[in-house]
Amino acid sequence: MRPHHLAALAALPFLVPAMLSAEGAPPLRLDSPFRPPLNFVEQNPAPSIPPDVTDDRRVARNYPEQPPVIPHNVRDYQITLNNNQCLTCHSRRFTEAVQAPMVSITHYVDRDGQTLGAVSPRRYFCMQCHVPQTTAQPIVPNTFKDLDTLVGRPTDRGDRR
Amino acid sequence: MLDRRDFIKAQAVAAAAAAGGIGLPAAAQSSLVAGEDTTLKWSKAPCRFCGTGCGVMVATKDNRVVATHGDMQAEVNRGLNCVKGYFLSKILYGQDRLTQPLLRMRDGQYHKEGEFQPVSWDRAFDEMARQWKRVIKEKGPDAVGMFGSGQWTIWEGYAASKLMRGGFCTNNLDPNARHCMASAAVAFIRTFGMDEPMGCYDDFENADAFVLWGSNMAEMHPILWTRITDRRLAHNQVKVAVLSTFEHRSFELADIPMIFTPGTDLAILNYIANHIIQTGRVNREFVESHCNFRLGQTDIGYGLRPESVLEVRAANAKDPTDSKPIDFGAFAKFVSTYTLDYTAELTGVPKERLSALAELYADPKVKVMSLWTMGFNQHVRGVWANHMAYNIHLLTGKISEPGNGPFSLTGQPSACGTAREVGTFAHRLPADMQVTNPTHRAHTEEAWKLPKDLLPAKLGYHAVQMDRMLKDGKLNAFWIMVNNNLQAAPNSANETYPGYRNPDNFIVVSDAYPTVTASAADLILPAAMWVEKEGAYGNAERRTHFWHQLVTAPGEARSDLWQLMEFSKRFTTDEVWPAAVLEANPSYRGKTLFDVLYRNGTVDRFPLSEIDSDYANDEAKHFGFYVQKGLFEEYADFGRGHGHDLAPFDRYHQVRGLRWPVVDGKETRWRYREGHDPFVKTGEGVRFYGNPDGKANIFAFPYEPPAEVPDQEFDLWLVTGRVLEHWHSGSMTMRVPELYKAMPMALVFMHPDDAKARGLRRGSEVKVVSRRGEMITRVETRGRNKPPRGVVFVPWFDSARLINKCTLDATDPISKQTDFKKCAAKIVAV
Repeated sequence: MRPHHLAALAALPFLVPAMLSAEGAPPLRLDSPFRPPLNFVEQNPAPSIPPDVTDDRRVARNYPEQPPVIPHNVRDYQITLNNNQCLTCHSRRFTEAVQAPMVSITHYVDRDGQTLGAVSPRRYFCMQCHVPQTTAQPIVPNTFKDLDTLVGRPTDRGDRR
Repeated sequence: MLDRRDFIKAQAVAAAAAAGGIGLPAAAQSSLVAGEDTTLKWSKAPCRFCGTGCGVMVATKDNRVVATHGDMQAEVNRGLNCVKGYFLSKILYGQDRLTQPLLRMRDGQYHKEGEFQPVSWDRAFDEMARQWKRVIKEKGPDAVGMFGSGQWTIWEGYAASKLMRGGFCTNNLDPNARHCMASAAVAFIRTFGMDEPMGCYDDFENADAFVLWGSNMAEMHPILWTRITDRRLAHNQVKVAVLSTFEHRSFELADIPMIFTPGTDLAILNYIANHIIQTGRVNREFVESHCNFRLGQTDIGYGLRPESVLEVRAANAKDPTDSKPIDFGAFAKFVSTYTLDYTAELTGVPKERLSALAELYADPKVKVMSLWTMGFNQHVRGVWANHMAYNIHLLTGKISEPGNGPFSLTGQPSACGTAREVGTFAHRLPADMQVTNPTHRAHTEEAWKLPKDLLPAKLGYHAVQMDRMLKDGKLNAFWIMVNNNLQAAPNSANETYPGYRNPDNFIVVSDAYPTVTASAADLILPAAMWVEKEGAYGNAERRTHFWHQLVTAPGEARSDLWQLMEFSKRFTTDEVWPAAVLEANPSYRGKTLFDVLYRNGTVDRFPLSEIDSDYANDEAKHFGFYVQKGLFEEYADFGRGHGHDLAPFDRYHQVRGLRWPVVDGKETRWRYREGHDPFVKTGEGVRFYGNPDGKANIFAFPYEPPAEVPDQEFDLWLVTGRVLEHWHSGSMTMRVPELYKAMPMALVFMHPDDAKARGLRRGSEVKVVSRRGEMITRVETRGRNKPPRGVVFVPWFDSARLINKCTLDATDPISKQTDFKKCAAKIVAV
């Protein structure tokens, strides 16, 4: 396929917002509706590996049940059979000393609904649900609306602390 | 930076001001607790992603999905989801959803080199039907084909199978599941005479040992991994062994970690069989009562094009499936060369780890569960690997009972439910029947109320063969549904893309999003997805589960079911059926395919009034009958009464899935075992009733090397695969901002010393180059995957960096499943 076909596609009305989202970007950069941005045949240079966001600022959830993303550096964090570095701050007894948020009480409940004295082993590998965020900007915007936006309320930004 | 309290206050003021600006009632502005306006409607659905089949609860409001969470009542996941599952709410809302058909046009007409223009559904189907009819007239039915998916709902796959086989009279129908678990499916049939696992997920809470054979469950089946983690950390006697060609996240839980040289897992499996025999731990009684032994064909080639030197050189590339009966003694002798010394040398695994692993199987007191996915299945000897795993479970009798069993995991949500059980493979019919079997075809013709001798006997093209035939101009009208094959298929620049852009061919892609595959199509059809339609999936443990339509699809997007059935209206039997069949059955003349396939008195027998009034059903409303129920009930009749039994349609809307066979309302957790499986009679104990003699087959196979190994120029093993945050080609998950930001691009994971030796370091821009193609990315030396020296790993989710331009289109010669895990590549600086 030749590039001008994609140029035509990019001009389709429903695709325009995707183009506008990257202000100042040259046309048909990463914002082309078809990814890879140019076409199957051509190669794209690889952008640098984006760094993780480590500003320690909480990011609002899209809904209360969403696992919060990790706002700090977790490079080389050890989670092994014998050690879970995340829990050395986020389990109940350490939260006062380090002022980290305690893991949700749901994490103390086993598969059968019984509350345990410590974090349930089924919740042991934190990063199956909680992931860091890089500084990369999404190619395609997402039009999901949270409930507050939908019903026209001032949002609580999903964070129900 | 503002302190946190100030920040919160500032935000609240800003939000109130913004709300005031759009004239919101004052009462709502300060309300931060739930009221009438925040009432949500919660409904159940299975997750859209992998074959685990987690239950999710989906909240809707004003025809939009606003939240999702793990279903507490779903047995599979009991309230948990993985990170992808927790973000399901957002997969419907990528801004570039396809909302109208797009046709390549020039001067107001379809043109292969034209530009995509929006057209009506009528115009789209007119052109498509014109192309189909032209191709069928010029070349016959075997020049049309369809490439479907393990993501099709059960009734979509079933409707597609009817349309292709009973409508267009060709078996050129294959699912992308061919790339994913064909080796597992074939080995199940050859060993047990029936497809799919005998055990189920309840084994996780009953096993003492878990062995991962080429499966990174921590990332690819995270919720099943939580069940293994739960078992391992709460019970000290439990052991976990993890085998792979590189270190990954599942190694974090491993008691017995093992990195082996690619392809040598076959030798490890034979070594374990030998160890069991040599140490006298064969379960003699079980083997004598329940097993046959066979010697398999060797030197069977690599599924490449027949003119490839590797195929010409192979002695038995033409008949790879042959085998002959042997006895236990001959089997014991066959595996006796796989000694500890030989195996350690070949595989590179330390001896003490090999023997520790073998003891998990040999020790009669240890209940062991073997788990595998793509490491086994995407393997040029994938069928053998599956057989060899069954061998060690059968030799010890550790099968079909709680905690003991081989378990083949699946990667797609309905790989089992649709691709396998419905039979959307080029060789399959529903309920494990085969297109080449005349009795099976006759039975199907009867069930479908079609004339005798209508269904084609000729095997259809399998996935890789379809691409080759498109390129060679033998397959000319091609419909791709719910998959992204141009990103997924091997050696894509040479074997896939040329076929799509071949001027002789008309390529149609139905998808929710503009994928790479769509960009190379001639007609793009916008698809409804997931809870935008009523659906059913079948997960890896034989669990069939349903969901209702919860929201409306955007614009003119329509479900695959609607598309298949509506397209069928554009053909009459006279246009596509053989003249002889119509001559013998004149009453079928002049009818549309829609009439004969879907208005056949069975599919259309349930009225709209049977639809749950709490939910919409756009397809049923359009066609005037409860299409999903009619298709399901017609399909389910194929399996009832002989071990594939499904429950009545309505029951599945009430429960969180049921594991078949469902007999007298009860599901089956362990097949082939008396007391668990109603098809095993009292006194039989164990019966592998899929085979006429009730016995399972133990096959003797050797180690044979991969199709391509590193050499001086292409000096590294290239392994491809997935990552936790993205599902398959990323067409859904790359559109969820949180998942995109977590893993925005496919990197090449390599050993720091391999990088250093090439003058590279973390972050260097490089080309991954094979004999077939190249892709550009960056080096990662300290990520979650830690390959040994000589191996690199590249995930395939990133449509801007297509690693399958580099992979080799070698397949298992028996299952025709591609080996995406072993080819040779080099890494060079850009």
